Amino acid sequence: MNVIDVHGLVKRFGDKTVVDHVTMTVAEGEIVGFLGPNGSGKTTTIRIMCGLLTPDEGDGTVLGFDIRTDSPRIKREVGYMTQKFSFYEDLTIAENLEFVARLYGLKPLDEHVAKTLEELGLTSRKDQLAGTLSGGWKQRLALAACIMHKPRLLLLDEPTAGVDPKARREFWDEIHRLASGGLTVLVSTHYMDEAERCHRISYISYGKMLASGTVQEVVRNAGLTTFVVQGPRLDQVAAALGGRPGVDQVAPFGATLHVVGSDKKELEAALADVEKEHKGVTVTPGETSLEDVFIQFMSGSKDNMG
Amino acid sequence: MKNGINSVFSFARLGALLIKEFIQMRRDRITFAMMLGVPLMQLVLFGYAINNDPKSLPAALVAMSSDPYTRAMVSALQTTGYYRFDHVAQSAAEAEFLMARGDVAFVVTIPADFARRVERGDSPQILIEADATDPAVASGAISTLGTVANQALLRARGMQETAAEAARGQLEVVVHRRYNPEGISQYNIVPGLLGVILQMTMVMMTSIALTRETERGTMENLLAMPSSPLEIMLGKVLPYLVVGAVQVVVVLAAAKLLFGVPFTGSLSLLLAAVLVFVLALVLLGYTISTMARTQMQALQLTFFFFLPSILLSGFMFPYRGMPGWAQIFGEILPLTHFLRIIRAVMLKGAELPAVATEIGWLVGFVALFAGVALVRFRRTLD
Repeated sequence: MNVIDVHGLVKRFGDKTVVDHVTMTVAEGEIVGFLGPNGSGKTTTIRIMCGLLTPDEGDGTVLGFDIRTDSPRIKREVGYMTQKFSFYEDLTIAENLEFVARLYGLKPLDEHVAKTLEELGLTSRKDQLAGTLSGGWKQRLALAACIMHKPRLLLLDEPTAGVDPKARREFWDEIHRLASGGLTVLVSTHYMDEAERCHRISYISYGKMLASGTVQEVVRNAGLTTFVVQGPRLDQVAAALGGRPGVDQVAPFGATLHVVGSDKKELEAALADVEKEHKGVTVTPGETSLEDVFIQFMSGSKDNMG
Repeated sequence: MKNGINSVFSFARLGALLIKEFIQMRRDRITFAMMLGVPLMQLVLFGYAINNDPKSLPAALVAMSSDPYTRAMVSALQTTGYYRFDHVAQSAAEAEFLMARGDVAFVVTIPADFARRVERGDSPQILIEADATDPAVASGAISTLGTVANQALLRARGMQETAAEAARGQLEVVVHRRYNPEGISQYNIVPGLLGVILQMTMVMMTSIALTRETERGTMENLLAMPSSPLEIMLGKVLPYLVVGAVQVVVVLAAAKLLFGVPFTGSLSLLLAAVLVFVLALVLLGYTISTMARTQMQALQLTFFFFLPSILLSGFMFPYRGMPGWAQIFGEILPLTHFLRIIRAVMLKGAELPAVATEIGWLVGFVALFAGVALVRFRRTLD
């Protein structure tokens, strides 16, 4: 059984279609990355899945419960971590967790709270007001509060925004630990390194699902060719390449240029010209990265957020 | 609901929300102090300050002679308590200037031929000019004049018996000032203040309380967890009901101890009415917070209700003095009905049948606001 199984979801706000026929399946125990630029409809899709919003069209199930009619059940079994810290800043860590535990009717209360504090290494700070915590600790508290009631599905909306690399690494280790215990995770993110830590990814842009699969599948299916250009005066080379037919992206990476295009022949022709015009420049085939693919997606899709 | 879990209401979840709310209240020291300090401060300030029947108003005397009749007249005016002659003007022009400057509220002119006309039996005249820019100031002082002046004049001529003789067989109008024989403003103001203070603090606090959750983003989380609209509403409303109860005790105690306002009716009837009133107010506040997107908007909406409540409810200005359309407007304000109840119960000793209609109105407001709040709240999910 798929933990998430939704079809043709549409959500409009006014005359803007924020989610446009999104279909998605997530199997049990999977960690799925949900990627896309700002305002692409990731948050709205996640909110529909956890019953916070009703879709205008489409239907589906989450944990086997209908997203239209069974949202109270979904809410009990899903842990949803909002993009913005949404616990009470004027309550301590322990008080926040107690509040959540009471709402879910967890008994015995103290035991649950103590165990959650322990698991996430929050015990020493339990009496600190949540508002005085740094970004990393807030995120840890939010995660703790989301998993305390032992949900079967975690929906994480950009959980690592504004968190330092070490805390991010720890966070992802925690996610993998939870997933190995059978928890299913859907996590939205901007970071490519995070996308690569997911079993599968889905890319959404301006409400439309553009690609789905493993990282390798998504990169392969994008059909992009990449060359690495090395040599002196790369800024001039970059300027010369920009706008030529076949050249879709020119991006400096350290002392090299990554040149990406969807039409291999045109791209090769353009590079051959540039190689002739600039002395000492060498062109070697390169590996297309996930980031190249996403940038290609982003420049190819139209902005519907105005 | 369908699957055996009660998703509409659970005491455990309500308890969670209540505990959270009380912790937040306790941490927010300034708001907490405001809840208790503001009512007391306003009560003392307004209770002592507001007076609908001002006495001892500054007056200027323009007297052309100083015969016994003139003196009798002046002393009679002084004994009414309304006039305090602290200016003696030499001319009408000087008196005019004093009034224009606002130094005096009255100019009393006793003409030079006053005594002569009294003795001759012609109808004597005195002129009293009142500064009526504020009509309320002058009204009490003017209304007592006719009788006072005539009696003073008769006494001065040694004609009391003649007057009594003349009065026999004439129509006598008996006026009883019921419930407040001395016409003490505070008896009217202080019970009214309870209503106004509750109106202000209760609506404001609740309207901010829910908007704060929306503004800080905690509402999204609250909705994603298993808490129902009803629980969220009660979780916000009940704590403020408790705050309201404390305010009621403070104001009623102060009314008794500081102002000696008589309490002739039943305390339990009043408390029951207060409960309904406060419930209506917190629900109104809650309704506002389902409409406002920010705390600032919530405050603005609160004040949108607050001003008419003060001005049209009969707290400041007599309800019966308003034109029909304004009276209808006054009827749709909870404060109007509460003021009638509290004044009736405290001052007139009214029993339930006398205030049943007004309490019915308040119950109606509770039902209306609760309904609107729940409907509005559901909509904010999307």
